[in-house]
Amino acid sequence: MKNLARELLFPLLAVIAAFIIGGLIILAIGDNPFEVYRLLLSSAFGLYDALGNFTFDNWGYTLFYATPLIFTGLAVALAFKCGLLNIGAEGQLYVGAFAAAWVGITFARVPGLALVPLALLAAIVVGGVWGAIPGVLKARFGSHEVINTIMLNFVAVGLLSYLTQRHYKAVGDPIMQTVPIAGQAHIARFHALLAPVGINFPQRIPLNVAFLLALLACFIVWVFLWRTKWGYEIRAVGSNPAAAEYGGINVKRQIVLAMALSGALAGMVGINEVLGYRYRYYHDFSGGTASYGFTGIAVALLGRNHPVGIVLAAILFGALIRGGLFVDIFTENVSKDLVQVLQAIIILFVAMEALFRGRLGRFLPAWSKKGI
Amino acid sequence: MLRNIFNYTLIASTIRLSTPLILAALGGLYSERGGVINIALEGMMLAGAFTAAVIAFYTHNPWVGVLAAVGAGMLVAGVHGVATISYRADQVVSGTAINILFFGVPALLSGAMFESTGATPQLRRDWVLPDVAIFSAGRFPQLASVFNQKPLVYVAFILVAATSYVIYRTRFGLRLRAVGENPEAADTAGVSVVRMRYAGVLISGALAALGGAYLSIGQNSLFTRNMTAGRGFIALAALIFGKWNPVGAFLACLLFGFAEAISIRMQGTVNIPNQFIQLIPYVLTMVVLAGFIRRATPPKAIGVPYTKE
Repeated sequence: MKNLARELLFPLLAVIAAFIIGGLIILAIGDNPFEVYRLLLSSAFGLYDALGNFTFDNWGYTLFYATPLIFTGLAVALAFKCGLLNIGAEGQLYVGAFAAAWVGITFARVPGLALVPLALLAAIVVGGVWGAIPGVLKARFGSHEVINTIMLNFVAVGLLSYLTQRHYKAVGDPIMQTVPIAGQAHIARFHALLAPVGINFPQRIPLNVAFLLALLACFIVWVFLWRTKWGYEIRAVGSNPAAAEYGGINVKRQIVLAMALSGALAGMVGINEVLGYRYRYYHDFSGGTASYGFTGIAVALLGRNHPVGIVLAAILFGALIRGGLFVDIFTENVSKDLVQVLQAIIILFVAMEALFRGRLGRFLPAWSKKGI
Repeated sequence: MLRNIFNYTLIASTIRLSTPLILAALGGLYSERGGVINIALEGMMLAGAFTAAVIAFYTHNPWVGVLAAVGAGMLVAGVHGVATISYRADQVVSGTAINILFFGVPALLSGAMFESTGATPQLRRDWVLPDVAIFSAGRFPQLASVFNQKPLVYVAFILVAATSYVIYRTRFGLRLRAVGENPEAADTAGVSVVRMRYAGVLISGALAALGGAYLSIGQNSLFTRNMTAGRGFIALAALIFGKWNPVGAFLACLLFGFAEAISIRMQGTVNIPNQFIQLIPYVLTMVVLAGFIRRATPPKAIGVPYTKE
């Protein structure tokens, strides 16, 4: 129990510290931090709307935004476990989303029963291939994955912008988006799932089956990392590559494998975005709202690279994205970019655990300092 | 067609486009030679670019803007230093946090100050850095554009020589290299590892911010969101390609600047979609890293926090 408390204590301290610093920034740019945070949290978690009626909107959207973050959080965490920092989830999720849309557009005659799995597979495989490239470059040439994944983000955006504009856009459409996917490729929203049991979950909320897939992915990643030989080998490489090599583990293969799986998880964001939400590939969908790929780093770190922690952290950041939109509209000076600032500060504090254990440590209970 | 691409203007634009890379790469060199990975060059450049544009806007003076940018860069570098040197945070993670921070901070502040999160206001011509001709072209008028550049271009070139001297010929440089290669030995010899590493990281922030300032109030006349477009990372790749050596890094930056210059000039003149041409610098970075990294040996203690026994 104390162990669990310790796992929760430091992330919680990091979040509180980030909110305090964020509050000072809000104050400096001329808004009332308490007012901003109240707005942020009530529009993310509130169960009642302004008129006092029960509403699914806040939680529904929070979980909808949490869905891609669970995927990217898992992606970053899996690479982390192998000692790799994947900051290319942004590019991987774009190619995954485009691949899903491509299948949905190209095979419009295929029945849904085959088309949906095909689109899922496309997002996973193409995301995985995009993730494997920096893995191969690292394993074969030793070049750092941080630089290569960032470069591949730019390459992905460039290529997809070309493909969208030249080949898959409706003629005369001023928006950078592909034509819609076939209707039978859509996956169910919670509206359709909950209607049979008599719950009236509004159709406008785009929360869909991908959220359940994300939870399933958490379980699968947990089983893979902690209950299979390959997962064990990935973790061994992450904790000590030299020892792993000595112990007969093929380090290079595990690096490529970890990056491919990481990319595949990031690619699954496309399922939520394309098959469950917009029903087409919308260019720059992640950069425009939330940078799911970069937020995934914060999610993984805050969630301590553990699937359960990742779900909790993804819900927190999903709430920040949802609340940030309201803060953007209803405050004088604060824009939704506050969310990215909070994220970055949280990452810094999580990385500086020694800060809480060290000088601030005397304020903490003794059990939290064990095992430093 | 080839004559339209390869001419004197290409040389001039190579120099221009290399400059922010050179400044950032030299910055990275001070930090990494001292043993601290600086993946945050991108964020530090953005901090410098944004600060320079804002301060030049309010003071109508580009030089005050440049100075303020250097201050901002050092402040950001200070955060990286506190996190990684004093509190032994993972250097790559801390750097990534700083990069994310400066995707957000400029937008948040410019939204509050100018009611636009995408860009700062356009600066008047006399509020940005002037062109300075250092060589009267005389009989070769084509060369005039090559020797008529922003002052920070000359600063960058001078800093290459200065950095070579500082790193290899001064006591400071020797000590910096010592804490990056073998901090225990340096410590035993009475060198403060912490102080030297802070010095390296702070210089790094100052130079990267200069590179950013060059982008916003040299090459352009405003700050736009994420205007660095990966240059901090390309500079880092140039540093590795140049084997953590000032002249090597300089040459690598020229190569990347050349690639960018070519890609800009090819747009519209050759029958390849612009989206592909714009990718040249990014793809080249990956190719160069893959092709040459084996021969590059990083400072031995890079990435390892130092704990005094």
